[in-house]
Amino acid sequence: MKKIISIVIAAACALALFVGCSAKAPEAAAEDGNVSLDGSTSMEKVIGSLGESFINSNPGTSYTYNPTGSGSGIKAVSEGTCDIGLSSRNLKDDEKASGLTGTVLALDGIAVIVNPNNPVSDLSVEQIASIYKGEITNWKDVGGNDAEIVLIGREAGSGTRDGFESITGTNDACKYRQELTSTGDVITTVSQNPDAIGYASLASLKDNVKALTVGGIAPTEETVKDGSYVIQRPFVLVTKDGVELSETAKKFFDYATSSQAAEVITAAGAVPVN
Amino acid sequence: MLELVMHSIFLVLGLITVGCVLLITVYLVISGIPAIRRIGLVPFLFNKTWASTAATPSFGILPFILTSIYGTAGAILLGVPVGFFTAVYLAKMAKPSVRAIMQSAVSMLSGIPSVVYGLVGMLILVPGIRRLFNVPDGSSLLAAIIVLSIMILPSIIKVSVTALEAVPKEYEDASLALGATPVETYFRVSVPAAKSGIAAAVVLGVGRAIGEAMAVMMVSGNVPNMPSLFQSVRFLTTAVASEMSYSSGLQQQALFSIALVLFLFIMLINAALNFFLKREKEG
Repeated sequence: MKKIISIVIAAACALALFVGCSAKAPEAAAEDGNVSLDGSTSMEKVIGSLGESFINSNPGTSYTYNPTGSGSGIKAVSEGTCDIGLSSRNLKDDEKASGLTGTVLALDGIAVIVNPNNPVSDLSVEQIASIYKGEITNWKDVGGNDAEIVLIGREAGSGTRDGFESITGTNDACKYRQELTSTGDVITTVSQNPDAIGYASLASLKDNVKALTVGGIAPTEETVKDGSYVIQRPFVLVTKDGVELSETAKKFFDYATSSQAAEVITAAGAVPVN
Repeated sequence: MLELVMHSIFLVLGLITVGCVLLITVYLVISGIPAIRRIGLVPFLFNKTWASTAATPSFGILPFILTSIYGTAGAILLGVPVGFFTAVYLAKMAKPSVRAIMQSAVSMLSGIPSVVYGLVGMLILVPGIRRLFNVPDGSSLLAAIIVLSIMILPSIIKVSVTALEAVPKEYEDASLALGATPVETYFRVSVPAAKSGIAAAVVLGVGRAIGEAMAVMMVSGNVPNMPSLFQSVRFLTTAVASEMSYSSGLQQQALFSIALVLFLFIMLINAALNFFLKREKEG
């Protein structure tokens, strides 16, 4: 009896292998038509939508997106392990000097988020800066409950963190309670802790957290575009000078920066610039 | 002739493992030394601040070393008593049916991927600690210790059970014949006779705990603070894992140096393990 069972299981496993093969086969055939993207986790939604619509209008192509964070994406493109790097901050001077070019694809607001149960709904940039520097440590000082503020941030290579810290003037001064490695982690953590505050890409926000208004201005597409919502940063496509993009990568790059793509980018929650 | 060919093939295959170990060791030493030289061994090991991406970077890994040591010690403190008594129960007292169920449960526990431990810890343990201890945030050294103590249970139980089962039956029979109760026999005769094996089990648990990265990364908060039970902390392993992907220059070299320190820790633990295992064979 045992033998029969194990034979059946083995057969099922072997079958599963073949199923895997046949499903993968067409993808392998279209290997040339692939564009590999690597970088910012904040750009997940925008890149996902762009990628889907790109594939639909260019049959036979495919895209891979590796959400690793802006720093990793920039590193990947300079080392040649992906076609186009994704960064949610402008390139630094030394990165430009090393032969990288950044092309701004869209603008994105960085929403300051709290738990939906938190009564606070508006903070000024100065208040946010003092909170993150550890000068204000209790919610009651900014009109909330009597509870210690839990600061949630991102890892040092994050474009969101870079954007947030440089706009609020808190570079290297933040007293984080947690440093998480993706936009989704920050949102999940804030949604679970009533005293937490965090920051995340406006394009990635979900209903389980509340975005604060900053200086009375809510983060929306319009306020990001006209510049009245101040905590915002660019989404950048990073390419390496002197390295010819593959045909598909070039096509994708042109498509993403074209006016056709604007609608898709808007639908994904970011503000197109082209 | 054929014998010789087969012999060489097996030799080559065997050498692959040895080659890998040598390659990793040599690579780690070569890439780990430069940063230590630039930073200085004493500041690197004993400076309390890690700010690798700041305008004036600081590379002190004392918080990571202490966190790894405290975290492992805490996991051992919680995990060893549970694992040890479970092992005695399984090896000596349990009915065959109970034993079969419990042993397969232990095996399953060891097969759960560490990311799942981390996920469950993140969604249940972390909010639980926040409520239970009334602290602002549950991501802490304590959460990591609890996750680690569960993760090391299988290795402790399995190795201890094997050691306890290897105790010759005559020892126990003699003790029972002299009028000792079964429980007295187990703790006065069987456990002392198996003590080297049990010590090896504990060391194996230490090794598992100190090398774990994924699960602790998800529950410990990842801020390079000096360790304290309810503070967010960073381990040696998570320090490397969380920064490696975007590091460059001296920062990257320093991460290799952290890996080298971790490697030395694990070497030490392996040496201890060999020592205990050898003693068991001799004893």
